[in-house]
Amino acid sequence: MPAPARAVFEARGLTKTYHMGDVAVQALRGVDLDLYAGEFVVLLGPSGSGKSTLLNILGGLDAPTSGTVRYGDRDLTRFDDAELTRYRREHIGFVFQFYNLIPSLTAAENIALVTDIARDPMPPREALDLVGLRERADHFPSQLSGGEQQRVAIARAVAKRPDVLLCDEPTGALDVATGVMVLEALTRINRDLGTAAAVITHNAVIASIADRVVALSGGRIASVHRNEHKARPSDLTW
Amino acid sequence: MTALHTKLLRDLARMWTQLLAAALVMACGVGMLTMAVSTHSSLAAARDRYYERYRFPDVFAHLKRAPAHLRDRLAEIPGVARVVTRVVAEVNLDVPDLPEPAIGRLISVPDRPPYGLGELHLRRGRLPEPGHDSEVVASEGFAEAHGFGPGATVNAVINGRLRKLTIVGIGLSPEYVYQVRPGDALPDDRRYGVFWMLYRELAPAFDMDGAFNDIAIALTPGATEAAVIARTDRLTEPYGGQGAYGVREQTSDQFLRNELDQLRIMSIFPPTVFMSATAFILNIVFSRLVRTQREQVAALKAFGYTSAAIAVHYLQMALLVAAIGSALGVLIGWLLGLHLTGMYTRFYRFPAFAFTLDPRAVLLAISAASGAAILGTLGAVGRAAALPPAQAMRPEAPADYRRTVVERLGVQRAFGPSGRMVLRHLERQPVRALLSLTGISLAAAVLVVGGFMQGSIDYLMDFMFFTTQRQDMTITFTNPASPSAADEAARLPGVLATETFRAIPARIRAGPRSRLQGVIGLPAEPALNRVVDERGRPVRMPGEGVLLSAILADLLGVRAGDTVTLEVLEGQRPVTTIPVAAVVQSYIGTAAYMDAAALNRLLREGPVISGAYLRVDPAASGALYATLKQTPAVASVTVKQAALQSFRDTIAGNILQMRLFNVIFAGIIAFGVIYNSARVSFAERAHELATLRILGFRRAEASGILLGELAVLTILAIPPGLLLGRTLAHILSNIMGGETIRIPAVVTPASYAFAVTVIIAAAIISGLVVRRAVDTLNLVEVLKTKG
Repeated sequence: MPAPARAVFEARGLTKTYHMGDVAVQALRGVDLDLYAGEFVVLLGPSGSGKSTLLNILGGLDAPTSGTVRYGDRDLTRFDDAELTRYRREHIGFVFQFYNLIPSLTAAENIALVTDIARDPMPPREALDLVGLRERADHFPSQLSGGEQQRVAIARAVAKRPDVLLCDEPTGALDVATGVMVLEALTRINRDLGTAAAVITHNAVIASIADRVVALSGGRIASVHRNEHKARPSDLTW
Repeated sequence: MTALHTKLLRDLARMWTQLLAAALVMACGVGMLTMAVSTHSSLAAARDRYYERYRFPDVFAHLKRAPAHLRDRLAEIPGVARVVTRVVAEVNLDVPDLPEPAIGRLISVPDRPPYGLGELHLRRGRLPEPGHDSEVVASEGFAEAHGFGPGATVNAVINGRLRKLTIVGIGLSPEYVYQVRPGDALPDDRRYGVFWMLYRELAPAFDMDGAFNDIAIALTPGATEAAVIARTDRLTEPYGGQGAYGVREQTSDQFLRNELDQLRIMSIFPPTVFMSATAFILNIVFSRLVRTQREQVAALKAFGYTSAAIAVHYLQMALLVAAIGSALGVLIGWLLGLHLTGMYTRFYRFPAFAFTLDPRAVLLAISAASGAAILGTLGAVGRAAALPPAQAMRPEAPADYRRTVVERLGVQRAFGPSGRMVLRHLERQPVRALLSLTGISLAAAVLVVGGFMQGSIDYLMDFMFFTTQRQDMTITFTNPASPSAADEAARLPGVLATETFRAIPARIRAGPRSRLQGVIGLPAEPALNRVVDERGRPVRMPGEGVLLSAILADLLGVRAGDTVTLEVLEGQRPVTTIPVAAVVQSYIGTAAYMDAAALNRLLREGPVISGAYLRVDPAASGALYATLKQTPAVASVTVKQAALQSFRDTIAGNILQMRLFNVIFAGIIAFGVIYNSARVSFAERAHELATLRILGFRRAEASGILLGELAVLTILAIPPGLLLGRTLAHILSNIMGGETIRIPAVVTPASYAFAVTVIIAAAIISGLVVRRAVDTLNLVEVLKTKG
């Protein structure tokens, strides 16, 4: 695959220090990272390596202690709360490890939660089609399996037609078979809609389906590796 | 409807019991507010309409006897718009169905209406007509109490002669909206009636032909009442004027005003308590809700919902509760208002008096409810809105537990692991524990306040009818008499003991304040009609000085040791400056007492008496009544037993109903607070309890931790709650104190016991609900979600 022309994100010199009581925790210690349009990137690393922090900063959920993040031609780190909110609303689709579906809303309604406030969303049922769950539209989260819940969460993230999908351990709570189905949904969306995707995982096997693998360790980027041949999710096992 | 609205409705449905409890408490507050404000405006409107259409006078005066031409001089007083003169006399009535004599107030009217002031509203029948003998219009209350319609007759002793009065009409007057004998607190329609009779008949019967003894005055706009009163007093003085007074001292209007004042208090005090309780409950529920939904909030924020949208979402939920509470409350207020108005129509007689739901009251109540909802949830809503999304994604850090004070004292062996968990949880979250404790205390206090009226009324009746009034009967003579009249009274059938008194009309002044106040002269050590201090101890009549009842002393702004000016409005009308020897206790009406001999000296008269208190053998009362009904020298007879019975009949039903409402309302608060505290406590610890169950705790052991906590909180909350209730009862009794009646704050052990019982019952029921929830915990489900 030729190198993508346009960088969606350009992160430079990101650091992040948390203060928990008397202890200062350095989650990021100077990270430079670009993410290109249509690209599928896996951020690989053990717990505590800083990958969630990085994802949260890219998604506008958290601000770095120092460094800059350019999104297109704008600097995210200069956004105020209202601008960050608008940024998330218009450009970013989140998928969380624990799905974060609203338990009191059905699958379709969970998606409507996002399409209600998006500018040019797809209908919730169409989003469910993308993850193969149209027939489960009226089920509540408690009536869905873990994998189904995560696919609903992906549909919810995709329905607004975001520029970037940010996925934090999307298969972390799933068994292999359902994990594969979730990854298939993600790759299909990346391929068919051209949505850039950044997926966090500590599972090295998953890295093989990415265009690019960024390994994090101790708050720094340890290595960047480009897959010449992307594996299909169905080939994976762990 | 957006997906967020759907979430809102589903959340509401899920928490419906807790939110309903809050909405019910709110409904009580809204109901009280709507009822009090609407009834106030309905009553005030009925009064204003009535006063205006039937020309309620502005100034009143009574005198001994004045020639008709004095009327013209009264009319010339600057500021006087109109003067009506009339003859007013109180007479003994012999009513066929009543063993004891009743008292009738006869008022003269011209041949034809309009009368100029104090017009009659005729309910049935017709007005008396010239040429027909002894026709009267009877007041509605009296006629109803005896089932009299036009055509009925009543015997009256008029100026010593028995006369048969024929009722031709049933009517009402704005001067007698509240028709009560002077000095009484409650209308006794069976034994007191007002009758309107033609002047041409009434005047000659009392030797008042071409004369009058009562004045009603209407003022011009902008006139000074005090100036007109002063001029009127000067003009009537030579004719035995007993002092003019304004609307403020008019008995009926005083009671009406007192009622309106109490309604105003009712529109502030109880709704405030209910709204505070609602805010409190919503605070508990929403704090918990936001805590459990922090990840949902975080996700919503990640999707691009603004902080404002999150805040609006939760506020909408609170406001929906307020809307439900308001709708229910307005309905309750409407029903209560109808009920109260129905009760009022038995006491307050208007041509037309209907309850109207005041839109302003509804608006005010809804605003108050919304305000309470917003105030109660603001903290939680603010926390939700301010939740940083990235941080909210992470589970809350485990709570910081330490060994408790109790444990550091080394007594932990007294508690098992469950007991220790209870203690640690309470000690770790002192603010939450304190909040729950406050809530339960508040509920206990409201219960005490709700129940205190009963004790107060019992005390009041005991005070009035047993501590002070030890006589069975009071008789007053037509004219002041010599002490030999008392000897005659003592010889009447069945009379066991007598005690004489002297009563004179007077005005008491203290600085700029003044009151028309009759003074009663009693023997140095009264044995029958006793006067007592605030601790119920009998007070001797002072050799010098005057005793003032507490309400009167307050109205005049004086204390024991101060001096007042006493203007006697009878005989030679002496004016003297006299010390206030002591302030004595009274709950109903105002009174001033002096030593009878000192009063006689002041009036420069011999040992003259006005009447006597009698102790009577109940077996002989029939014969005594029959004799008294025929005794011309006796102007009026008051029977204590009858007054007591009437007091009981009237007030018992009302108090019982009010108490029932209070109990229901207070119970709702108690249950609302305790139930919600228990629910939230359970929700917060479901994870922990499920873990314990998995570790092998039995159901009873697991729920014991929660129930133990609830029990500790409830027991700790009761004593301060009872104390607070007592304080609130005192405050309420103080602010409810009017010019006509004061309710002593008497909280009986029964009231406390009642409050404790309801609190414990609410705790037990809440405990059972929570216990059921613990028993049916889905262990796997609970553990799947983060704790």
